[in-house]
Amino acid sequence: MATTQTTQQIEEIEPFEAAQEIEGGDVVLIDTREPHEYKEAHLENGKLVPPGLLGDEIAAAAPDKSARTILYCRSGNRSYKAAEQLQALGYENVASMAGGILAWQEQGLPVVSASGMTAEQRDRYSRHTLLPEVGVDGQLKMLNAKVLLVGAGGLGAPTALYLAAAGIGTLGLVDDDVVDASNLQRQVIHNTERIGVPKTESARLTIEALNPDVDVVEHNFRLNSSNIVEILSEYDVIVDGADNFPTRYLLNDASVRLRKPVVSASILSFDGQISTFVPFEGPCYRCLYPTPPPAELAPSCSANGVLGVMAGTMGLLQANEVLKLVLGIGEPLIGRLLLFEALSTRFTELKVRRDPSCPICGPDAPEIADEDLGKFPDYDAFCAG
Amino acid sequence: MATIRIPPVLRPQTGGQTEVDAAGANVGEVLRALTAEHPATEEQLFGPEGDLNRYVNVYLNDEDVRVLDGLETAVSDGDTVVILPAMAGG
Repeated sequence: MATTQTTQQIEEIEPFEAAQEIEGGDVVLIDTREPHEYKEAHLENGKLVPPGLLGDEIAAAAPDKSARTILYCRSGNRSYKAAEQLQALGYENVASMAGGILAWQEQGLPVVSASGMTAEQRDRYSRHTLLPEVGVDGQLKMLNAKVLLVGAGGLGAPTALYLAAAGIGTLGLVDDDVVDASNLQRQVIHNTERIGVPKTESARLTIEALNPDVDVVEHNFRLNSSNIVEILSEYDVIVDGADNFPTRYLLNDASVRLRKPVVSASILSFDGQISTFVPFEGPCYRCLYPTPPPAELAPSCSANGVLGVMAGTMGLLQANEVLKLVLGIGEPLIGRLLLFEALSTRFTELKVRRDPSCPICGPDAPEIADEDLGKFPDYDAFCAG
Repeated sequence: MATIRIPPVLRPQTGGQTEVDAAGANVGEVLRALTAEHPATEEQLFGPEGDLNRYVNVYLNDEDVRVLDGLETAVSDGDTVVILPAMAGG
């Protein structure tokens, strides 16, 4: 803890130390440069107090003289001098960031730039921001979006890869499985070296190498009625790539309650289906499929096989739906079920209506207790995934 | 004559055919023509009372027959009847 002696040397801290303190909270961050420099790029939550206005403006920017106060400028000189002034004014716990914002950026730490994006981001996402329908604002929406992928397998792998590349800022991955050699014919986010590694971890490693902007959250377990509400609450859009009916119905019931949009696809052999369920705006999964089929009519990919590119095709259609929902553009597949048949290369679109007697989203739907999410009162046993 | 689109899970019962042409004045008759030609499809489409199983969706062209007249929905020449069960593969 520094004292108020004016003769004391100013504490200088490295950018990574400043970053740790800022991350920990309770830090007043002062930018001691000129307005045009600040506008070009500054640290998040950095308050601009130009050197010439320090005496007039510091009291408003940093009212608490006992609070931890970190100053920075371009290269560390102006902030050092400003820190001396603050100490003389009675600020008790002042530090100057050595090397300034230049050193901060050299270490790859994030700044808020004129466009709200870093220089690296402006470059990385330039093919997006060139699109009038996306632009900088749209890219920022993507960077701030939180998308949950249920299943990091056939569908989840391509969906996650492209959403990560697109700059979706937070990707949650739910999967309790490990990578198996038989996955690799379609699950392109994993690789041969990762056989035996949890799928969420393998996917995270691939995503981190692809795009450091993406924060990957691993949920290395199965969804159940006691954890799903808490997990879904954290996300804006849910992607259903589950490989079993119980999870699909559970996910539907919880997402309707939380009013979270779900992009749902499924694949089998050479066929795929996809729709987007936006609660109360369009139908839900139970409106489309009131009852799951018996086991003999619900084979899994592991039992029946699936053409690898089906996972890619349907997974990318899911990613497309997610981006439209995040950006608020285009026409998502709300109330529409799109079928894709790989052998004939044929797309078919079917209408899906809200079911007035839907037990989950219908007008007379009862309140459902947590433990009853995903349940079928008249259906004893689900088929296996 | 209508064309029935057969989903993957029913193809073993239709000898692998992805489409089957069938005659009938309404959806029920068309589906009965299918079960007559491929009897193994019957118990997967119809319950013991002769109703469509709840887990089988049937569309006339692009509309769910549940919002039309169900099995009574009239079928015209050249219509497509799509049989669609839920799939869970991911």
